[in-house]
Amino acid sequence: MARSKTDPMTPAIFHVKRVIRETEDTFTIELIPSNGTTGFSFKPGQFTMLYVLGAGEVPISISGDPFEKRCLTHTIRSVGNVTRLLQKLKAGEGIGVRGPFGSAWPVKASQGRDVIIVAGGIGLAPLRPVLYTVLKNRKKYNRISLLYGTRTPEDILYHQELMKWRSQFDIDIHVTVDQAGKSWKGNVGVVTTLISRIAFDSTQAVALICGPEVMMRFTIQEFRQRGLNNEDMYVSMERNMKCGIGFCGHCQYGPYFICKDGPVFRYDLVEDLMKVEEI
Amino acid sequence: MIAINDRESFTILLKVLQEKGYTVIGPTVQGQAIVYDKIDSIQDLPVGCGDEHRPGGYSLRKRGDGALFGYVVGPASFKKFLFPPSQKLWQAKRTKDGFDVQKEKKERFKMAFLGVRPCEIQGIMVQVQVFLKGNYVDSHYQKRRKDNLIIAVNCSEPGGTCFCTSMHTGPSAKAGFDLCLTEIIEEKRHYFVAETGSPGGEVILKEVPHCEASASELKHRDQIMDKAENLMGRTMDTSGIKELLYRNRDHPQWEKIAQRCLSCANCTMVCPTCFCSHVTEGTDLTAQDVQRVRSWDSCFTSDFSYIHGRHVRHSTSARYRQWMTHKLASWIDQFGMSGCVGCGRCITWCPVGIDITEEVRNIRLGSVPNPNDSAKGVHDEND
Repeated sequence: MARSKTDPMTPAIFHVKRVIRETEDTFTIELIPSNGTTGFSFKPGQFTMLYVLGAGEVPISISGDPFEKRCLTHTIRSVGNVTRLLQKLKAGEGIGVRGPFGSAWPVKASQGRDVIIVAGGIGLAPLRPVLYTVLKNRKKYNRISLLYGTRTPEDILYHQELMKWRSQFDIDIHVTVDQAGKSWKGNVGVVTTLISRIAFDSTQAVALICGPEVMMRFTIQEFRQRGLNNEDMYVSMERNMKCGIGFCGHCQYGPYFICKDGPVFRYDLVEDLMKVEEI
Repeated sequence: MIAINDRESFTILLKVLQEKGYTVIGPTVQGQAIVYDKIDSIQDLPVGCGDEHRPGGYSLRKRGDGALFGYVVGPASFKKFLFPPSQKLWQAKRTKDGFDVQKEKKERFKMAFLGVRPCEIQGIMVQVQVFLKGNYVDSHYQKRRKDNLIIAVNCSEPGGTCFCTSMHTGPSAKAGFDLCLTEIIEEKRHYFVAETGSPGGEVILKEVPHCEASASELKHRDQIMDKAENLMGRTMDTSGIKELLYRNRDHPQWEKIAQRCLSCANCTMVCPTCFCSHVTEGTDLTAQDVQRVRSWDSCFTSDFSYIHGRHVRHSTSARYRQWMTHKLASWIDQFGMSGCVGCGRCITWCPVGIDITEEVRNIRLGSVPNPNDSAKGVHDEND
């Protein structure tokens, strides 16, 4: 862990490589560290604080390939001041980056197990680094499934990549949308309805879940009925954050700071908290 | 053990500190309150001034003696000098393709805090744990704390909202000071019994006229401090408090408190341990020069828990529950110590007089039973 000489609240400068349009309101931004050769290492599930001069700082999960050290990638929904400005950046422009911060998905601990990845909406972004990792080490894992639910067919993220992975036949991918026009031939419904479509051995499966809290709660409920234990499920939580390192107090979640104890939690550690309103 | 004999020697103590380059910060009277501020001479101290603390009420009074530290605590703790209410973190200049973070001028802080109550020492220790003992070190806090000298004054007359004995932080300082004084006012004498807590404290004391404290002087001090233990205006039963609050997230009392609580954030502003902050962007009109400024924040504000489209804690009951549960329970999980030092400020400065000690009692009253206790067949009267 970094006990560095510079203050942990001061960002490093990264330059924009490119901004890729994903959907109407979502984009992927690729950044190059300006420190040259050292690159950027992170674990799947971790996040950074992205800073735009004159606007402010936002916590964003890393969505890129952990093996690609030269390029730091985030997928962002433009919902606020800072994220809208991020969307408008041009190649070469500089922004601030602090991190990576937080806990990671149990990618290594899941080797030898059936891995079920469940994503809702933008929740696919923090899970994509897991997909890169497990597919690169495909033989180390048993069955791998991705269940992905989003609002409409137009909101599907990483469309090309999903098609490519699906054609590899070594991962079972199911996508569903909340609503669709007539041209949509796929599933319509909530993501939990996809669980019955996949094969897994509940005695040795692990589920990695990221999406809106209500979606995660129902997904967990379904997995419980299918025989998964609380210790076999992981969730990624989200709260307001100003610092990312446990100083600002905003992201407290019961006894935890989501920025340093999370964002990824083994479900049994947050089971009680997820049942409490306004915690 | 040493006795510093009179006010004259105290003047010399101030001079010694100043000569060593310390900015002395201690109690003054400003706007009818005890305010910790820069001290130039003994005249700046609240000579003969006492204070009354009650839920939602505070006032100064004339003591009729020449006490230098005859009050309890000021509204604002020493927190504001180590963790300023508003503080620049860094600044940057816009460049053609981004920005450059500006190199900061080296600032040196050499502050001697004078008149630090034992509860306030603990307040500082709690924030040291938060800002300096984790995986990340807050360099801004570190800069201010590095050469910080603490001259404690034991609390011989605790106030109406004090409960430091319950939190085991006072009224006598046990550690965390460089120098610790007990002020003793006898009919014909006014003196201090001093004890050193660090080599730095010893160096200071060496230059101040003093003599070895006599047995009767020490006895007098012990009597005063023993008596002080029994003068607490409040008590709090902290047995099993973490589990108590974790177990009672649905207690009806939270709703009852919310009917009185104004969600005004006063309790968090006067608390010596509350550390929450937000960071804002400050720019000039042309947006060429930018400052990142960290300011105190409070879990009682609506924006505190905002995430795109919703405020997680939208009700006052949830905000009070968060504050009190954090202070007394989750703080223990997070930092290995309580976030409450028993100073009573949150009670005194609550405009409607909500009393944290009273609310702990109320939570105990209708508490969900402790499953471990019932399993053992043990009934704990506090549950």
